[in-house]
Amino acid sequence: MEDILTTPISQTALAHFEARLQNDEKIEPKDWMPEAYRKTVLRQMMQHAHSEVIGMQPEGNWVLRAPSLRAKKILLAKIQDEGGHGLYLYSAAETLGMDRTEMIQLLHEQKAKYSSIFNYPALTWADIGAIGWLVDGAAIVNQVSLQRTSYGPYARAMVRICKEESFHQRQGYEIMATMMKGTPEQQAMAQDAMNRWWWPSLMMFGPHDADSPHTEQSMEWKIKRESNDRLRQKFIDKTIDQAYVIGLTIPDKDLKFNEETKSYSIGPINWDEFWSVVKGNGPCNKQRMTHHIKYHEEGRWVREALEAFAKKQIEMN
Amino acid sequence: MNVDTQLELWEVFIQKNNGLPFKHEGSVHASDKETALQHARDIYTRRGEGRTIWVVPAKYIASTTADDEAMFFDTTDDKAYRHPTFYVMPEGAKQI
Repeated sequence: MEDILTTPISQTALAHFEARLQNDEKIEPKDWMPEAYRKTVLRQMMQHAHSEVIGMQPEGNWVLRAPSLRAKKILLAKIQDEGGHGLYLYSAAETLGMDRTEMIQLLHEQKAKYSSIFNYPALTWADIGAIGWLVDGAAIVNQVSLQRTSYGPYARAMVRICKEESFHQRQGYEIMATMMKGTPEQQAMAQDAMNRWWWPSLMMFGPHDADSPHTEQSMEWKIKRESNDRLRQKFIDKTIDQAYVIGLTIPDKDLKFNEETKSYSIGPINWDEFWSVVKGNGPCNKQRMTHHIKYHEEGRWVREALEAFAKKQIEMN
Repeated sequence: MNVDTQLELWEVFIQKNNGLPFKHEGSVHASDKETALQHARDIYTRRGEGRTIWVVPAKYIASTTADDEAMFFDTTDDKAYRHPTFYVMPEGAKQI
């Protein structure tokens, strides 16, 4: 970046770029942008895309065991949406000059990340409820904020994704509400899923602002519009009341409601667990990657057949 | 074939309803126009968002950028006479 800044032309370009951000304009693929901006947006979109696709796995585990045809159809539609969201995001990320092939390769080489939440297993049907309600719920809070991100293709993908995600969260909450009206065993199963997914959902927003070194630059460039802690608090405040409505308890003995701010304060988050899962030691890290690589390899012949077919069409014409 | 392929990139434009303009929605990878159309349908119209789809190989799309903005569009800035509000109408004249 320093090299770029030494030439006067780029300084003008940088000033122009910053002025556009100041006016809340969107940056489009072929516009000039600092290399660090391009890299940051690309990394974030790629990670987001991988998360959508890897996120299909814990839910896919339950398609064949869904308790009714209605539940199965809904789950299939939700998983299909997640695949679609991955593709919107890959297509938006590709506008910054990296091919999807390379992004998938980086994922397989574990040089690109995906959200750590998907390294937890979906053990019971209640987990499908908890994932839709809490995990998608947390993702929505983040994604609503990203609808205003400064990179045009990313912001547009977010608008589309947010429209579709609200069904995901509602179907999850409906599962939890139904189980809480069921037998004591079903209620216990819902509470157990709540206990296991609550804290990892809060970790989805990332480290506290004080421990998030890149936040400041990302906020300045309007890639990120709200800080991790602020988004996390929004999620906490709206979700706790939803839990109480259906009779779930929050697994946090330090939870307090502040009458003045009309906001909840939570106990300490276990960041050791968070970093351990990020570094690859979560319950399902290996399984998720092995599965993705296996199906990517097994699908190779389809891509090759399509390419051969396309070549043949050209030759025939 | 050892090199993995993600196939050609196509830009997707969707017409929401009869009579409306086509709007750019995103892109898909596909080997040929038929599969590009099918992928575009699966990815961008799962909730009845469209009734007609165009797909165009991304390599054929030319575009201006923000840097071209002044050169391309400034020349229209001083031509207010292209707008109806430029003209002074006599008092009492109606339906014009």
